[in-house]
Formats: sequence, structure tokens, C-alpha cells
Amino acid sequence: MSAPAMGTTRAAHSDASHKKKKGPGALATAYLVIYNVVMTAGWLVIAVGLVRAYLARGSYHGLYYSIEKPLKFFQTGALLEILHCAVGIVPSSVVLTGFQVMSRVFLTWAVTHSVREVQSEDSVLLFVAAWTITEIIRYSFYTFSLLNHLPYLIKWARYTFFIVLYPMGVTGELLTIYAALPYVQKTGLYSITLPNKYNFSFDYHSFLMLTMISYIPLFPQLYFHMLRQRKKVLGHVEDYSKVE
Amino acid sequence: MSRTIFFEVEILDSRTKEQLCFLEKVDPHSTIGDIKSLFHKSYPKWYPSRQSLKLDPKGKALRDEDVLQSLPVGTTATMYFRDLGPQLGWTMVFLAEYIGPLLIYLLFYFRMPYIYTHKYAFTASPHPVVSLACVCHSFHYIKRLIETIFVHRFSHGTMPLRTIARNCVYYWGFSAWLAYYINHPLYTPPSYGEMQVNYSLAAFVLCEAGNFSIHLTLNNLRGEGPRSRRFPSPTKNPFTWLFFFVSCPNYTYEVGAWVSLSIMTQCVPVALFAFLGFIQMTIWAKGKHKTYTREFKDYPNLRMPILPFIL
Repeated sequence: MSAPAMGTTRAAHSDASHKKKKGPGALATAYLVIYNVVMTAGWLVIAVGLVRAYLARGSYHGLYYSIEKPLKFFQTGALLEILHCAVGIVPSSVVLTGFQVMSRVFLTWAVTHSVREVQSEDSVLLFVAAWTITEIIRYSFYTFSLLNHLPYLIKWARYTFFIVLYPMGVTGELLTIYAALPYVQKTGLYSITLPNKYNFSFDYHSFLMLTMISYIPLFPQLYFHMLRQRKKVLGHVEDYSKVE
Repeated sequence: MSRTIFFEVEILDSRTKEQLCFLEKVDPHSTIGDIKSLFHKSYPKWYPSRQSLKLDPKGKALRDEDVLQSLPVGTTATMYFRDLGPQLGWTMVFLAEYIGPLLIYLLFYFRMPYIYTHKYAFTASPHPVVSLACVCHSFHYIKRLIETIFVHRFSHGTMPLRTIARNCVYYWGFSAWLAYYINHPLYTPPSYGEMQVNYSLAAFVLCEAGNFSIHLTLNNLRGEGPRSRRFPSPTKNPFTWLFFFVSCPNYTYEVGAWVSLSIMTQCVPVALFAFLGFIQMTIWAKGKHKTYTREFKDYPNLRMPILPFIL
């Protein structure tokens, strides 16, 4: 008696999941293409800004100031990507995307912007450069994918450049947070001490140290995940060439 | 007696697709539970609650109650097995999750050494609200433990070990964090003094009584069998009248108890715990509400999942 009822609900479920898997509608696709094009352009602006500033000054030092505003604007703009997942026009996990975007936004605002003394550090250039190249490739990858016209070069770049860029970015980020530590401790930035009427305390200095420690388990996991993705996405082409 | 056609069941590893077991002469009326028991005989370390059997490696797991001949298979059924890892019965799960917070809070209340500065070890807080909070917090978890042992009747058998570990870290860690502040030597009592404490205490007690009433009501519902065909309804007990407005008043009362406690202690970590609990319970309540509305055509329209008229 329960079996036929189960059968119909199963059919309903598979229909619903089929509809979801078809992807965004025409309007959503148009919007996403515009979004990704704008982001690609934005990070290109940052890249050009970095190159021009380097050529003008003749040194790597203090290039952050020349791209500070577009960096803040476009990196913060990435928050929209969380919305895209939540609404369903992008088939990624809200939690995963949220985590990735928030960590970038955290570094941009809560570390680099907030602790003025680290802005002249070379480690900032390290992660900004890594982010810039990564994002240009990533957003153009999405743009072309949405238009169903993905050049192999972009796909290859997306799944290959990270091998160097990811450790480079992480190194830059960690060094920057480390550089911020003494200033945060000295000024008590973003920290609350007891006693207070809400019976709450927060030590930003300890929080930053915990953040640094969290890279230890997280970074290898994400890195090896990308390596596995690379094998899956790029591996097939190598197989076909072997057959020929 | 009619001639029954016996089935054959082939069990393959879900990932490697290698054949793990081949069962011959299986009665078509046997359930998946029976098949799991048979499989357990060949692989003693995979007790039935650890087994996940599916007809399609990417599909949904078969339920223990499903009968073999009602499945969309020929007379030779192929099933895919996945090891769910070590499992713990629900009773043990809840005992582990609740004993932690109960005892950990007390460590902070009695100010065990090394938590606060040395001169405060084993001292007592001068504020009555701190002792009251300890009583309330302890009462809450003792009540939960009693309910786990004597009241609740659990449907699914088990929970995976990894989930339990994660839940314990969350409950134990959070209770340590909020206990740290309430019992801290620099604790600041509520801004509106005794009035704030007394009103929120009353609310806390009412919510605990409400929550307990709902658990009893749900338990009596279950009395008819494992999957009873009735949805919970208000009874003579006024606390159950919340059923007129929500599907899961036990969660409503639970949130109410924690909000009361956070007002009583005027402590942000408690409020945060209440908030996170509210989010999780809302997710559960929405799921339950959906199940009820799907299963019962006459389910009352007025009811919301967790907050009357709102959510």
C-alpha cells in the first residue's frame, strides 16, 4: 500500500531535481554574463594599475595604494556570488562560496584596510597579485562557460595556474596577518574587554592568530581538492590524445 | 500454499562495484532489514545499522521496512553497499551530548583552578543571578537527560560517530564559552536588576514546562506504533494549545527558554547560542511541517512551523 505512494513522490522528486539541474534561465544567464564580464574587467583594471604603478615607481614597494579603491570595490562586489548561490542561478554551495568570499573580504577590510601599517608590506603585493591573476582567469572562465564557448586555454589556465598562485596567495595572506599582529595588540583594535554590561569579550589579536592556525588544516584540503578537480577536468583530454 | 519464487540478491560495493555478497533463495517477503542481517552474517564488522543499501549507487538509500518484492527489481536484485561508519544508538548520543554541558558549566560555576586568575579559584560569585543561572542551566540539561532515558522513543536507530563528535564539540564548547562569562569575577548583573531576572526566570520556567508537555504529548502519539497516522493536536494541557499555532511547539518553547536565560543573565554568548539554536530548530521545524502537510490532507492551515503567524 505504501509502495505506489512512494513511487509517485519519487517521480515528483526526480522531476523537481531535473528542473533544478537545467540551470539558470535566459534572464539569469544574461545577468550572470554581465556580472562576470564586469568582474573580469574590474580585475584587469587592477592588473593594469599594478603594472603601471610599478613602471612609474620602478619598485615593487607600496603598490597597494595605486589599486586600493578598485581592489576594495571589486573584491567586495564578489559578495553577490553568495546571493547567486542562495537564489539558485549558480549551482554552487552557499556555504562554500560564502566561506571563500568572506575570507577574501576579511583580508581586504578587516586586515589590510584596518591596520594601516601593513599596507606598505610586500606581502600585500604577493596576495593581491595572486588574487588578480586568479580572478581574471576565473571570471573569464565563467563568462565563456555561460556562453557555451569555452576556449581550452582558459580552462587549462583555470585548472593549472592555481598550482602556483594558490600557495603564493596564502603566503601573502599569512605574512600580512602576521605583520598586523603587533599593531592590533598594541591598539586593542576591534577588541572588547570585561567588565561590560553585555558580559562579552573579544580579543582580535587572538582571533587573528586562530585564523592563521586555521590555514593549516584548510589550505591542504582546498589545494588537493583543486588538484583532484584538475585531474577530472583536464585528465580526459590526455586520455583522448593517448587513444589517437 | 502457493509456490513462492525465491529471489537472488547481489550486493556490490558502491564505489568499487566488486561483488561483496551473493544471497540465494531469498524470500520475496523479506525486508531490507532482513537482507542487512544476512549481509551482516558474512561481514560481522558491518552490523545492520552501519549498512546503506541502494538500488542505484547515486540514489537514495533503501529503508529497512521496504519489502524485497515491492522494489523495482527482477528476481535477481542488485544492491550497492556503503559503510556508514561506526554508529551509536540515539540514547547514547543524547547522553553524551547533554552530560558534557551539565558538568562543564559546573566546573565554571565552582571556579575550578586555572580558569580564572588564581585568587578566584573555588570562590563564589556575589551575585544571586549567577547561582540562579546555574540552577536553570543544570535543570535544563537534567530535564533533557531524564527525557532521553524515560520519555523519548526514537525512530531511526543510530547516528554516525563523526556527527556525534561534531555535535559534542559544539554543545560542550558553547556551554564552556557561555559559562565562562556568567561565572566570571568581572560579571555584570542585568541592567534592570531583580525585575529583569524575575520576569525572565518566570518565562524560563514556563518554557521548560511547555517543552516537557509537548514531549509527553508527542510520546503519547507514538504509543500507537512506530509510524502513527495522526498528527499532534492540542490536549487539555494549556501548554499544548500552542499546537493551534505551530507544528513544533517543542522547538518554540526551547527557543523561548534560551532567550529567557539570555535576558536573565544579560550575556551575549547565551543570546548567540539561542540564536544559532533558533536557526537550526527552524530548519528542523520547516522539514517537519512539510512532512505533516504532505502526509495529512486535513492538516490545519493556521499552523506555522515554529513561530505563530510568522515562521
